[in-house]
Amino acid sequence: MTSLVVVSAGLSNPSSTWLLADRLATATVETFEELDVTYVELRGLAHQLTDRLLTGFPAPELAAAEQAVRKADGLIVVTPVFSASYSGLFKIFFDVLEAGALDGTPVLLAATAGTARHSLVIEHALRPLFAYLHAVAVPTGVFAATSDFAGTDLGSRVLRAAGELAVLMGKTGGSSGAVAERRHVDADLAAATPFEQLLRQAGAPSSARTDLTA
Amino acid sequence: MQFGIFTVGDVTTDPTTGRTPSEHERIKAQVEIAKKAEEVGLDVVAVGQHHNPPFVASSPTTTMAYIAAQTERIILSTSTTLITTTDPVRIAEDYGTLQHLTDGRMDLMLGRGNTGPVYPWFGKDIREGINLAVENYALLHRLWREDVVDWQGRFRTPLQSFTATPRPLDGVPPFVWHGSIRSPEVAEQAAYYGDGFFSNHIFWPASHTRQMVALYRRRFEHYGHGTADQAIVGLGGQFFMRRNSQDAVAEFRRYFDNAPVYGHGPSLEDFAAQTPLTVGSPQEVLERTLAFREYVGDYQRQLFLIDHAGLPLKTVLEQLDLLGELLPDLRAGFAEGRPAHVPDAPTHASLVAAAGGPHDTTLHAVDDVTGTTDRDEVSA
Repeated sequence: MTSLVVVSAGLSNPSSTWLLADRLATATVETFEELDVTYVELRGLAHQLTDRLLTGFPAPELAAAEQAVRKADGLIVVTPVFSASYSGLFKIFFDVLEAGALDGTPVLLAATAGTARHSLVIEHALRPLFAYLHAVAVPTGVFAATSDFAGTDLGSRVLRAAGELAVLMGKTGGSSGAVAERRHVDADLAAATPFEQLLRQAGAPSSARTDLTA
Repeated sequence: MQFGIFTVGDVTTDPTTGRTPSEHERIKAQVEIAKKAEEVGLDVVAVGQHHNPPFVASSPTTTMAYIAAQTERIILSTSTTLITTTDPVRIAEDYGTLQHLTDGRMDLMLGRGNTGPVYPWFGKDIREGINLAVENYALLHRLWREDVVDWQGRFRTPLQSFTATPRPLDGVPPFVWHGSIRSPEVAEQAAYYGDGFFSNHIFWPASHTRQMVALYRRRFEHYGHGTADQAIVGLGGQFFMRRNSQDAVAEFRRYFDNAPVYGHGPSLEDFAAQTPLTVGSPQEVLERTLAFREYVGDYQRQLFLIDHAGLPLKTVLEQLDLLGELLPDLRAGFAEGRPAHVPDAPTHASLVAAAGGPHDTTLHAVDDVTGTTDRDEVSA
Protein backbone atom coordinates (compact mmCIF):
# COMPACT_ATOMS: atom_id res chain seq x y z
CA MET A 1 0.00 0.00 0.00
CA THR A 2 1.14 3.55 -0.65
CA SER A 3 2.61 5.06 2.49
CA LEU A 4 2.57 8.63 3.69
CA VAL A 5 4.63 9.88 6.64
CA VAL A 6 3.78 13.15 8.36
CA VAL A 7 6.66 14.81 10.23
CA SER A 8 5.64 17.58 12.59
CA ALA A 9 8.00 19.67 14.72
CA GLY A 10 5.38 21.52 16.74
CA LEU A 11 6.24 21.92 20.41
CA SER A 12 3.11 23.04 22.23
CA ASN A 13 -0.08 21.15 22.82
CA PRO A 14 -2.30 21.89 21.03
CA SER A 15 0.10 23.02 18.36
CA SER A 16 -0.85 24.98 15.24
CA THR A 17 1.97 23.13 13.45
CA TRP A 18 0.33 19.83 14.31
CA LEU A 19 -3.09 21.14 13.25
CA LEU A 20 -1.73 22.14 9.85
CA ALA A 21 0.03 18.78 9.48
CA ASP A 22 -3.19 16.97 10.24
CA ARG A 23 -5.20 19.05 7.74
CA LEU A 24 -2.64 18.36 5.01
CA ALA A 25 -2.61 14.63 5.82
CA THR A 26 -6.40 14.41 5.82
CA ALA A 27 -6.61 16.19 2.47
CA THR A 28 -4.02 13.81 0.99
CA VAL A 29 -5.73 10.73 2.37
CA GLU A 30 -8.98 11.75 0.69
CA THR A 31 -7.41 11.59 -2.76
CA PHE A 32 -6.23 7.98 -2.30
CA GLU A 33 -8.41 4.92 -2.01
CA GLU A 34 -5.98 3.32 0.37
CA LEU A 35 -3.17 5.13 2.13
CA ASP A 36 -1.03 4.03 5.07
CA VAL A 37 -0.32 7.11 7.20
CA THR A 38 2.37 7.31 9.89
CA TYR A 39 2.66 10.35 12.13
CA VAL A 40 6.08 11.33 13.44
CA GLU A 41 5.87 13.98 16.15
CA LEU A 42 9.39 15.19 16.82
CA ARG A 43 8.56 16.62 20.26
CA GLY A 44 8.36 13.09 21.66
CA LEU A 45 11.68 12.21 20.01
CA ALA A 46 13.57 15.31 21.15
CA HIS A 47 15.73 13.53 23.73
CA GLN A 48 16.39 10.61 21.43
CA LEU A 49 17.43 13.01 18.66
CA THR A 50 20.01 14.63 20.94
CA ASP A 51 21.20 11.19 22.05
CA ARG A 52 21.45 10.21 18.39
CA LEU A 53 23.79 13.12 17.75
CA LEU A 54 26.00 12.05 20.64
CA THR A 55 25.98 8.26 20.32
CA GLY A 56 25.57 7.86 16.56
CA PHE A 57 22.77 5.31 16.76
CA PRO A 58 19.02 5.77 17.14
CA ALA A 59 17.02 4.62 20.15
CA PRO A 60 14.13 2.29 19.19
CA GLU A 61 11.34 4.86 18.65
CA LEU A 62 13.60 7.13 16.63
CA ALA A 63 14.87 4.16 14.60
CA ALA A 64 11.28 3.32 13.74
CA ALA A 65 10.60 6.92 12.67
CA GLU A 66 13.72 7.02 10.50
CA GLN A 67 12.76 3.73 8.92
CA ALA A 68 9.23 4.94 8.20
CA VAL A 69 10.54 8.08 6.51
CA ARG A 70 13.06 6.13 4.47
CA LYS A 71 10.39 3.75 3.17
CA ALA A 72 7.70 6.41 2.63
CA ASP A 73 6.20 7.01 -0.81
CA GLY A 74 5.53 10.59 0.23
CA LEU A 75 6.17 12.98 3.09
CA ILE A 76 4.45 15.93 4.65
CA VAL A 77 6.85 18.00 6.75
CA VAL A 78 5.71 20.86 8.94
CA THR A 79 7.87 23.11 11.12
CA PRO A 80 7.22 26.18 13.19
CA VAL A 81 9.32 29.18 12.22
CA PHE A 82 12.04 29.86 14.78
CA SER A 83 14.43 32.78 14.22
CA ALA A 84 13.42 33.17 10.56
CA SER A 85 13.91 29.49 9.66
CA TYR A 86 12.91 25.91 10.43
CA SER A 87 13.31 24.96 14.08
CA GLY A 88 16.45 23.29 15.37
CA LEU A 89 14.52 20.18 16.33
CA PHE A 90 13.15 19.89 12.78
CA LYS A 91 16.65 20.22 11.33
CA ILE A 92 18.20 17.62 13.64
CA PHE A 93 15.77 14.99 12.38
CA PHE A 94 16.83 15.57 8.79
CA ASP A 95 20.48 15.84 9.86
CA VAL A 96 20.56 12.33 11.29
CA LEU A 97 18.74 10.57 8.43
CA GLU A 98 21.06 8.30 6.49
CA ALA A 99 22.38 9.93 3.29
CA GLY A 100 20.05 9.26 0.40
CA ALA A 101 17.05 8.46 2.58
CA LEU A 102 14.88 11.01 0.74
CA ASP A 103 16.24 10.50 -2.78
CA GLY A 104 13.32 11.09 -5.13
CA THR A 105 10.71 11.18 -2.37
CA PRO A 106 7.84 13.63 -2.95
CA VAL A 107 7.63 16.08 -0.04
CA LEU A 108 4.98 18.61 0.81
CA LEU A 109 6.63 21.54 2.64
CA ALA A 110 4.68 23.46 5.24
CA ALA A 111 5.38 25.93 8.03
CA THR A 112 3.59 27.92 10.69
CA ALA A 113 4.49 31.24 12.29
CA GLY A 114 3.03 33.94 14.48
CA THR A 115 3.18 36.51 11.71
CA ALA A 116 2.70 36.57 7.95
CA ARG A 117 6.02 38.38 7.59
CA HIS A 118 7.70 34.91 7.62
CA SER A 119 5.64 33.72 4.68
CA LEU A 120 8.63 33.14 2.34
CA VAL A 121 10.32 30.80 4.83
CA ILE A 122 9.35 27.77 2.76
CA GLU A 123 11.12 29.21 -0.28
CA HIS A 124 14.28 30.50 1.39
CA ALA A 125 14.79 27.83 4.10
CA LEU A 126 12.87 24.60 3.50
CA ARG A 127 13.18 24.33 -0.28
CA PRO A 128 17.02 24.53 -0.31
CA LEU A 129 17.22 21.93 2.47
CA PHE A 130 15.02 19.45 0.61
CA ALA A 131 16.74 20.20 -2.71
CA TYR A 132 20.00 19.19 -0.99
CA LEU A 133 18.37 16.00 0.26
CA HIS A 134 17.34 15.15 -3.33
CA ALA A 135 13.66 15.10 -2.39
CA VAL A 136 11.03 16.18 -4.89
CA ALA A 137 9.37 19.20 -3.29
CA VAL A 138 5.72 19.85 -4.12
CA PRO A 139 5.39 23.16 -6.04
CA THR A 140 2.88 24.59 -3.60
CA GLY A 141 4.19 25.01 -0.07
CA VAL A 142 1.71 25.81 2.65
CA PHE A 143 2.57 28.58 5.06
CA ALA A 144 0.09 29.43 7.80
CA ALA A 145 0.44 32.43 10.08
CA THR A 146 -1.73 32.63 13.20
CA SER A 147 -4.13 34.88 11.30
CA ASP A 148 -4.57 32.27 8.53
CA PHE A 149 -6.29 29.96 10.98
CA ALA A 150 -8.94 32.64 11.34
CA GLY A 151 -9.10 33.31 7.58
CA THR A 152 -10.93 31.58 4.73
CA ASP A 153 -8.33 30.63 2.11
CA LEU A 154 -6.04 28.20 4.03
CA GLY A 155 -8.34 25.31 3.12
CA SER A 156 -7.96 25.90 -0.61
CA ARG A 157 -4.16 26.06 -0.36
CA VAL A 158 -4.15 22.85 1.67
CA LEU A 159 -6.25 21.09 -0.97
CA ARG A 160 -4.08 22.33 -3.80
CA ALA A 161 -0.82 21.25 -2.12
CA ALA A 162 -2.26 17.87 -1.09
CA GLY A 163 -3.45 17.31 -4.65
CA GLU A 164 0.01 18.04 -6.01
CA LEU A 165 1.56 15.67 -3.50
CA ALA A 166 -0.88 12.93 -4.43
CA VAL A 167 -0.03 13.30 -8.10
CA LEU A 168 3.68 13.04 -7.38
CA MET A 169 3.18 10.03 -5.14
CA GLY A 170 1.11 8.36 -7.84
CA LYS A 171 3.76 9.03 -10.44
CA THR A 172 6.76 7.84 -8.44
CA GLY A 173 5.13 5.28 -6.20
CA GLY A 174 5.58 1.58 -6.83
CA SER A 175 8.28 0.39 -9.18
CA SER A 176 8.54 3.24 -11.63
CA GLY A 177 12.30 2.79 -11.83
CA ALA A 178 12.63 6.50 -12.60
CA VAL A 179 14.67 7.12 -9.46
CA ALA A 180 18.18 5.74 -9.05
CA GLU A 181 18.33 3.87 -5.76
CA ARG A 182 21.19 4.68 -3.46
CA ARG A 183 22.66 1.72 -1.64
CA HIS A 184 21.87 1.74 2.06
CA VAL A 185 23.61 -0.07 4.90
CA ASP A 186 20.55 -2.32 5.18
CA ALA A 187 20.88 -3.29 1.53
CA ASP A 188 24.54 -4.14 1.99
CA LEU A 189 23.72 -6.19 5.06
CA ALA A 190 21.12 -8.13 3.10
CA ALA A 191 23.37 -8.72 0.10
CA ALA A 192 26.97 -7.62 0.34
CA THR A 193 28.67 -5.75 -2.45
CA PRO A 194 31.06 -8.44 -3.73
CA PHE A 195 34.63 -7.78 -2.64
CA GLU A 196 35.93 -7.84 -6.22
CA GLN A 197 33.66 -4.87 -6.89
CA LEU A 198 34.92 -3.06 -3.76
CA LEU A 199 38.45 -3.67 -4.96
CA ARG A 200 37.63 -2.28 -8.43
CA GLN A 201 35.98 0.79 -6.92
CA ALA A 202 38.92 1.40 -4.59
CA GLY A 203 41.33 1.47 -7.48
CA ALA A 204 39.24 3.50 -9.90
CA PRO A 205 39.71 7.28 -10.18
CA SER A 206 36.98 9.30 -8.42
CA SER A 207 35.34 10.41 -11.68
CA ALA A 208 34.73 6.82 -12.75
CA ARG A 209 33.25 5.75 -9.44
CA THR A 210 29.72 6.14 -8.29
CA ASP A 211 28.02 5.63 -4.98
CA LEU A 212 24.70 5.29 -6.76
CA THR A 213 24.92 1.62 -7.59
CA ALA A 214 21.50 0.39 -8.57
CA MET B 1 37.56 -18.77 23.42
CA GLN B 2 39.85 -15.84 24.22
CA PHE B 3 39.06 -13.14 26.74
CA GLY B 4 40.84 -9.85 27.04
CA ILE B 5 40.68 -6.11 27.28
CA PHE B 6 41.07 -3.32 24.78
CA THR B 7 41.84 0.33 25.21
CA VAL B 8 41.85 3.45 23.08
CA GLY B 9 44.46 5.18 25.26
CA ASP B 10 42.46 8.29 26.13
CA VAL B 11 43.62 10.89 28.64
CA THR B 12 40.41 11.92 30.37
CA THR B 13 39.79 13.96 33.50
CA ASP B 14 38.36 11.97 36.39
CA PRO B 15 34.99 13.72 36.80
CA THR B 16 34.76 12.78 40.47
CA THR B 17 38.05 14.43 41.44
CA GLY B 18 38.74 16.85 38.59
CA ARG B 19 42.20 15.33 38.22
CA THR B 20 43.65 14.66 34.77
CA PRO B 21 46.51 12.18 34.47
CA SER B 22 49.62 13.22 32.57
CA GLU B 23 50.52 11.53 29.30
CA HIS B 24 53.40 9.84 31.11
CA GLU B 25 51.07 8.44 33.78
CA ARG B 26 48.61 7.22 31.19
CA ILE B 27 51.23 5.51 29.03
CA LYS B 28 52.71 3.78 32.08
CA ALA B 29 49.21 2.89 33.28
CA GLN B 30 48.60 0.99 30.03
CA VAL B 31 51.61 -1.17 30.86
CA GLU B 32 50.41 -1.77 34.44
CA ILE B 33 46.95 -2.68 33.17
CA ALA B 34 48.41 -5.12 30.63
CA LYS B 35 50.59 -6.83 33.24
CA LYS B 36 47.62 -7.11 35.56
CA ALA B 37 45.54 -8.56 32.72
CA GLU B 38 48.06 -11.36 32.33
CA GLU B 39 48.20 -11.87 36.09
CA VAL B 40 44.43 -12.39 36.38
CA GLY B 41 44.49 -14.91 33.53
CA LEU B 42 43.27 -12.96 30.50
CA ASP B 43 44.39 -14.04 27.01
CA VAL B 44 44.58 -10.78 25.06
CA VAL B 45 45.39 -7.12 25.61
CA ALA B 46 44.82 -4.70 22.74
CA VAL B 47 46.08 -1.11 22.47
CA GLY B 48 44.70 1.68 20.29
CA GLN B 49 46.13 3.99 17.67
CA HIS B 50 45.26 7.66 17.58
CA HIS B 51 47.13 10.72 16.36
CA ASN B 52 45.43 13.51 18.23
CA PRO B 53 44.88 14.65 21.81
CA PRO B 54 43.38 13.49 24.15
CA PHE B 55 44.95 10.17 23.14
CA VAL B 56 48.47 8.95 23.94
CA ALA B 57 48.32 5.88 21.70
CA SER B 58 50.16 7.11 18.60
CA SER B 59 52.73 4.30 18.49
CA PRO B 60 51.06 0.96 19.22
CA THR B 61 53.96 -1.33 18.31
CA THR B 62 56.28 0.49 20.72
CA THR B 63 53.83 -0.02 23.57
CA MET B 64 53.15 -3.62 22.54
CA ALA B 65 56.84 -4.50 22.42
CA TYR B 66 57.40 -2.98 25.87
CA ILE B 67 54.47 -4.91 27.32
CA ALA B 68 55.58 -8.11 25.61
CA ALA B 69 59.02 -7.79 27.19
CA GLN B 70 57.43 -7.72 30.64
CA THR B 71 54.87 -10.47 30.16
CA GLU B 72 55.05 -14.18 29.40
CA ARG B 73 51.86 -15.39 27.93
CA ILE B 74 49.28 -12.74 27.02
CA ILE B 75 48.69 -12.02 23.32
CA LEU B 76 49.29 -8.43 22.21
CA SER B 77 46.81 -6.96 19.76
CA THR B 78 45.48 -3.58 18.59
CA SER B 79 42.20 -1.76 18.78
CA THR B 80 42.75 -0.64 16.14
CA THR B 81 45.67 -0.31 13.72
CA LEU B 82 44.71 2.45 11.29
CA ILE B 83 44.83 0.86 7.85
CA THR B 84 43.62 4.10 6.23
CA THR B 85 46.25 6.61 7.29
CA THR B 86 49.19 4.33 8.07
CA ASP B 87 51.39 3.30 5.16
CA PRO B 88 50.84 -0.45 4.65
CA VAL B 89 54.57 -0.83 4.12
CA ARG B 90 55.19 0.56 7.61
CA ILE B 91 52.52 -1.74 9.05
CA ALA B 92 54.20 -4.73 7.38
CA GLU B 93 57.59 -3.72 8.80
CA ASP B 94 56.52 -2.63 12.30
CA TYR B 95 54.24 -5.57 13.04
CA GLY B 96 56.59 -7.93 11.22
CA THR B 97 59.37 -6.89 13.60
CA LEU B 98 57.03 -7.15 16.57
CA GLN B 99 56.07 -10.68 15.51
CA HIS B 100 59.73 -11.77 15.76
CA LEU B 101 60.38 -9.96 19.05
CA THR B 102 57.31 -11.52 20.67
CA ASP B 103 57.89 -14.99 19.18
CA GLY B 104 54.52 -14.69 17.48
CA ARG B 105 52.64 -13.64 20.60
CA MET B 106 50.73 -10.91 18.72
CA ASP B 107 48.09 -10.19 16.12
CA LEU B 108 46.43 -7.00 14.94
CA MET B 109 43.02 -5.54 14.29
CA LEU B 110 42.61 -3.15 11.40
CA GLY B 111 40.28 -0.18 11.61
CA ARG B 112 39.59 2.97 9.66
CA GLY B 113 39.51 5.63 12.37
CA ASN B 114 36.70 8.12 12.50
CA THR B 115 38.45 11.38 13.33
CA GLY B 116 38.12 13.65 10.30
CA PRO B 117 41.07 16.00 10.94
CA VAL B 118 43.56 13.12 11.24
CA TYR B 119 43.25 12.01 7.62
CA PRO B 120 44.67 15.17 5.98
CA TRP B 121 47.61 15.19 8.41
CA PHE B 122 48.61 11.96 6.71
CA GLY B 123 47.73 13.16 3.22
CA LYS B 124 44.45 11.23 3.07
CA ASP B 125 40.73 12.00 2.70
CA ILE B 126 38.19 10.52 5.12
CA ARG B 127 35.65 10.21 2.30
CA GLU B 128 37.98 7.58 0.82
CA GLY B 129 37.98 5.62 4.10
CA ILE B 130 36.60 2.37 2.70
CA ASN B 131 38.67 2.56 -0.47
CA LEU B 132 41.82 3.22 1.57
CA ALA B 133 41.09 0.22 3.80
CA VAL B 134 40.48 -2.00 0.76
CA GLU B 135 43.52 -0.97 -1.25
CA ASN B 136 45.97 -0.67 1.65
CA TYR B 137 45.11 -4.06 3.06
CA ALA B 138 45.34 -5.68 -0.37
CA LEU B 139 48.94 -4.42 -0.45
CA LEU B 140 49.71 -5.41 3.17
CA HIS B 141 48.36 -8.89 2.49
CA ARG B 142 50.77 -9.30 -0.42
CA LEU B 143 53.77 -7.80 1.44
CA TRP B 144 53.51 -10.54 4.05
CA ARG B 145 53.00 -13.33 1.54
CA GLU B 146 55.18 -12.48 -1.47
CA ASP B 147 58.93 -12.02 -1.11
CA VAL B 148 59.17 -9.52 -3.95
CA VAL B 149 56.27 -7.22 -4.71
CA ASP B 150 55.61 -5.06 -7.76
CA TRP B 151 52.61 -2.92 -7.00
CA GLN B 152 50.74 0.12 -8.20
CA GLY B 153 47.67 1.69 -6.61
CA ARG B 154 45.85 4.92 -6.15
CA PHE B 155 46.85 5.96 -2.65
CA ARG B 156 50.59 5.37 -2.32
CA THR B 157 53.68 5.60 -4.46
CA PRO B 158 54.25 2.48 -6.61
CA LEU B 159 56.59 -0.29 -5.52
CA GLN B 160 59.08 -2.01 -7.83
CA SER B 161 60.95 -5.11 -6.68
CA PHE B 162 60.15 -4.34 -3.05
CA THR B 163 60.73 -6.77 -0.22
CA ALA B 164 59.23 -6.02 3.18
CA THR B 165 61.64 -7.11 5.89
CA PRO B 166 61.70 -8.94 8.19
CA ARG B 167 59.86 -11.79 6.49
CA PRO B 168 57.10 -13.31 8.67
CA LEU B 169 58.23 -15.48 11.58
CA ASP B 170 58.22 -19.20 10.66
CA GLY B 171 56.78 -18.18 7.27
CA VAL B 172 53.41 -17.38 8.79
CA PRO B 173 52.04 -13.79 8.64
CA PRO B 174 50.40 -12.33 11.78
CA PHE B 175 46.70 -13.04 12.05
CA VAL B 176 44.54 -10.09 11.09
CA TRP B 177 41.16 -9.05 12.44
CA HIS B 178 39.09 -6.43 10.63
CA GLY B 179 37.24 -4.20 13.05
CA SER B 180 34.10 -2.27 12.28
CA ILE B 181 31.11 -0.80 14.05
CA ARG B 182 28.78 -0.32 11.13
CA SER B 183 30.34 -0.80 7.69
CA PRO B 184 29.21 -3.94 5.84
CA GLU B 185 32.13 -3.48 3.43
CA VAL B 186 34.57 -4.35 6.24
CA ALA B 187 32.67 -7.55 7.07
CA GLU B 188 32.83 -8.41 3.36
CA GLN B 189 36.57 -7.70 3.30
CA ALA B 190 37.24 -9.94 6.32
CA ALA B 191 35.17 -12.72 4.75
CA TYR B 192 36.95 -12.45 1.40
CA TYR B 193 40.37 -13.03 2.96
CA GLY B 194 39.18 -15.52 5.56
CA ASP B 195 40.47 -13.17 8.27
CA GLY B 196 38.82 -12.48 11.61
CA PHE B 197 35.97 -10.01 11.97
CA PHE B 198 35.69 -7.94 15.13
CA SER B 199 32.40 -6.20 15.73
CA ASN B 200 32.91 -3.48 18.26
CA HIS B 201 29.32 -3.41 19.33
CA ILE B 202 29.87 -1.37 22.48
CA PHE B 203 28.46 1.79 20.93
CA TRP B 204 25.69 0.29 18.82
CA PRO B 205 22.60 -1.83 19.41
CA ALA B 206 22.84 -5.60 19.33
CA SER B 207 20.37 -5.76 16.43
CA HIS B 208 23.00 -4.16 14.22
CA THR B 209 25.82 -6.40 15.45
CA ARG B 210 23.67 -9.42 14.69
CA GLN B 211 23.31 -8.33 11.05
CA MET B 212 27.00 -7.49 10.66
CA VAL B 213 28.18 -10.83 12.03
CA ALA B 214 25.57 -12.75 10.03
CA LEU B 215 26.79 -11.05 6.85
CA TYR B 216 30.43 -11.87 7.66
CA ARG B 217 29.61 -15.52 8.42
CA ARG B 218 27.55 -15.91 5.23
CA ARG B 219 30.27 -14.41 3.06
CA PHE B 220 33.07 -16.34 4.83
CA GLU B 221 31.33 -19.52 3.73
CA HIS B 222 30.69 -18.07 0.25
CA TYR B 223 34.42 -17.50 -0.24
CA GLY B 224 35.18 -21.09 0.73
CA HIS B 225 37.02 -20.62 4.03
CA GLY B 226 34.75 -23.00 5.95
CA THR B 227 31.18 -23.12 7.12
CA ALA B 228 29.51 -19.97 8.40
CA ASP B 229 29.75 -21.09 12.01
CA GLN B 230 33.51 -21.59 11.61
CA ALA B 231 34.15 -17.93 10.79
CA ILE B 232 36.39 -16.09 13.28
CA VAL B 233 34.35 -13.58 15.24
CA GLY B 234 35.38 -11.15 17.96
CA LEU B 235 33.15 -8.84 19.96
CA GLY B 236 33.67 -5.71 22.00
CA GLY B 237 32.08 -5.39 25.40
CA GLN B 238 31.96 -2.91 28.21
CA PHE B 239 31.23 -3.29 31.91
CA PHE B 240 31.65 -1.76 35.29
CA MET B 241 31.42 -4.23 38.18
CA ARG B 242 31.12 -4.08 41.92
CA ARG B 243 30.10 -6.97 44.11
CA ASN B 244 26.88 -5.15 44.79
CA SER B 245 24.90 -3.97 41.75
CA GLN B 246 23.77 -0.66 43.31
CA ASP B 247 27.34 0.25 44.22
CA ALA B 248 28.42 -0.27 40.61
CA VAL B 249 25.69 2.00 39.27
CA ALA B 250 26.28 4.71 41.87
CA GLU B 251 30.04 4.76 41.27
CA PHE B 252 29.99 4.53 37.46
CA ARG B 253 27.19 7.01 36.77
CA ARG B 254 29.38 10.10 37.13
CA TYR B 255 31.95 8.62 34.77
CA PHE B 256 29.25 7.64 32.32
CA ASP B 257 27.48 11.00 32.42
CA ASN B 258 30.72 12.81 31.57
CA ALA B 259 32.32 10.25 29.25
CA PRO B 260 33.74 11.88 26.10
CA VAL B 261 31.92 9.49 23.76
CA TYR B 262 28.38 9.30 25.08
CA GLY B 263 28.35 11.68 28.05
CA HIS B 264 25.58 14.27 28.34
CA GLY B 265 23.47 12.10 26.07
CA PRO B 266 21.31 9.11 26.95
CA SER B 267 20.88 8.02 30.54
CA LEU B 268 23.03 5.19 31.87
CA GLU B 269 19.94 3.01 32.01
CA ASP B 270 18.90 3.75 28.39
CA PHE B 271 22.42 3.24 27.06
CA ALA B 272 22.83 0.00 28.99
CA ALA B 273 19.52 -1.23 27.57
CA GLN B 274 20.41 -0.30 23.99
CA THR B 275 24.07 -1.42 23.93
CA PRO B 276 26.07 -4.23 25.61
CA LEU B 277 27.21 -1.91 28.45
CA THR B 278 26.62 -3.73 31.74
CA VAL B 279 26.91 -1.91 35.05
CA GLY B 280 26.23 -4.18 37.98
CA SER B 281 27.33 -7.26 39.86
CA PRO B 282 29.71 -9.93 38.50
CA GLN B 283 26.72 -12.23 38.07
CA GLU B 284 24.97 -9.65 35.85
CA VAL B 285 28.10 -9.18 33.75
CA LEU B 286 28.43 -12.95 33.40
CA GLU B 287 24.85 -13.44 32.26
CA ARG B 288 24.87 -10.52 29.84
CA THR B 289 28.17 -11.60 28.28
CA LEU B 290 27.13 -15.22 27.87
CA ALA B 291 23.98 -13.98 26.11
CA PHE B 292 26.03 -12.36 23.31
CA ARG B 293 26.15 -15.85 21.77
CA GLU B 294 22.42 -15.71 21.23
CA TYR B 295 22.81 -13.18 18.43
CA VAL B 296 26.27 -13.85 16.99
CA GLY B 297 26.65 -17.61 17.53
CA ASP B 298 29.66 -19.29 19.15
CA TYR B 299 32.60 -16.95 18.70
CA GLN B 300 36.33 -16.71 19.35
CA ARG B 301 37.33 -13.52 21.12
CA GLN B 302 35.68 -11.29 23.69
CA LEU B 303 37.40 -8.01 24.54
CA PHE B 304 36.19 -5.54 27.17
CA LEU B 305 36.76 -1.82 27.39
CA ILE B 306 37.48 -0.99 31.03
CA ASP B 307 40.02 1.86 31.22
CA HIS B 308 38.31 4.92 29.82
CA ALA B 309 36.19 7.93 30.81
CA GLY B 310 38.73 9.03 33.42
CA LEU B 311 38.51 5.93 35.63
CA PRO B 312 41.61 5.96 37.87
CA LEU B 313 44.20 3.21 37.51
CA LYS B 314 43.34 1.80 40.93
CA THR B 315 39.71 1.30 39.90
CA VAL B 316 40.72 -0.27 36.59
CA LEU B 317 42.97 -2.76 38.39
CA GLU B 318 40.08 -3.60 40.74
CA GLN B 319 37.90 -4.24 37.70
CA LEU B 320 40.55 -6.63 36.42
CA ASP B 321 40.58 -8.50 39.73
CA LEU B 322 36.83 -8.95 39.50
CA LEU B 323 37.08 -10.03 35.86
CA GLY B 324 39.75 -12.53 36.82
CA GLU B 325 37.45 -14.04 39.43
CA LEU B 326 34.70 -14.26 36.82
CA LEU B 327 36.92 -15.84 34.19
CA PRO B 328 36.42 -19.52 35.12
CA ASP B 329 32.64 -19.06 34.92
CA LEU B 330 32.94 -17.22 31.61
CA ARG B 331 35.12 -19.97 30.14
CA ALA B 332 32.84 -22.70 31.40
CA GLY B 333 29.73 -20.89 30.18
CA PHE B 334 31.09 -20.36 26.68
CA ALA B 335 32.38 -23.95 26.47
CA GLU B 336 28.92 -25.27 27.25
CA GLY B 337 27.20 -26.53 24.11
CA ARG B 338 29.99 -25.29 21.84
CA PRO B 339 30.19 -27.58 18.80
CA ALA B 340 33.54 -29.31 18.26
CA HIS B 341 33.87 -27.99 14.70
CA VAL B 342 33.84 -24.34 15.85
CA PRO B 343 37.53 -23.39 15.89
CA ASP B 344 39.38 -21.33 18.50
CA ALA B 345 40.89 -18.01 17.52
CA PRO B 346 44.04 -18.60 15.46
CA THR B 347 47.35 -18.18 17.30
CA HIS B 348 50.86 -18.22 15.91
CA ALA B 349 51.24 -21.85 17.00
CA SER B 350 48.00 -22.93 15.35
CA LEU B 351 48.83 -21.08 12.14
CA VAL B 352 52.30 -22.66 12.01
CA ALA B 353 50.77 -26.09 12.56
CA ALA B 354 48.22 -25.45 9.81
CA ALA B 355 51.06 -24.47 7.46
CA GLY B 356 52.76 -27.81 8.06
CA GLY B 357 55.40 -26.54 10.45
CA PRO B 358 57.76 -23.57 10.62
CA HIS B 359 59.65 -22.36 7.56
CA ASP B 360 62.48 -19.87 7.66
CA THR B 361 61.66 -17.39 4.92
CA THR B 362 64.63 -15.08 5.41
CA LEU B 363 65.62 -13.54 2.12
CA HIS B 364 69.41 -13.50 1.73
CA ALA B 365 70.52 -10.64 -0.48
CA VAL B 366 72.79 -11.29 -3.44
CA ASP B 367 76.15 -9.54 -3.15
CA ASP B 368 76.33 -7.46 -6.32
CA VAL B 369 80.13 -7.74 -6.48
CA THR B 370 80.73 -11.43 -5.95
CA GLY B 371 77.31 -12.73 -6.94
CA THR B 372 77.19 -14.79 -3.75
CA THR B 373 74.81 -14.56 -0.84
CA ASP B 374 75.57 -14.52 2.86
CA ARG B 375 74.23 -18.02 3.03
CA ASP B 376 76.73 -19.23 0.39
CA GLU B 377 79.58 -17.77 2.41
CA VAL B 378 78.41 -19.36 5.60
CA SER B 379 78.07 -22.75 4.00
CA ALA B 380 81.33 -22.40 1.97
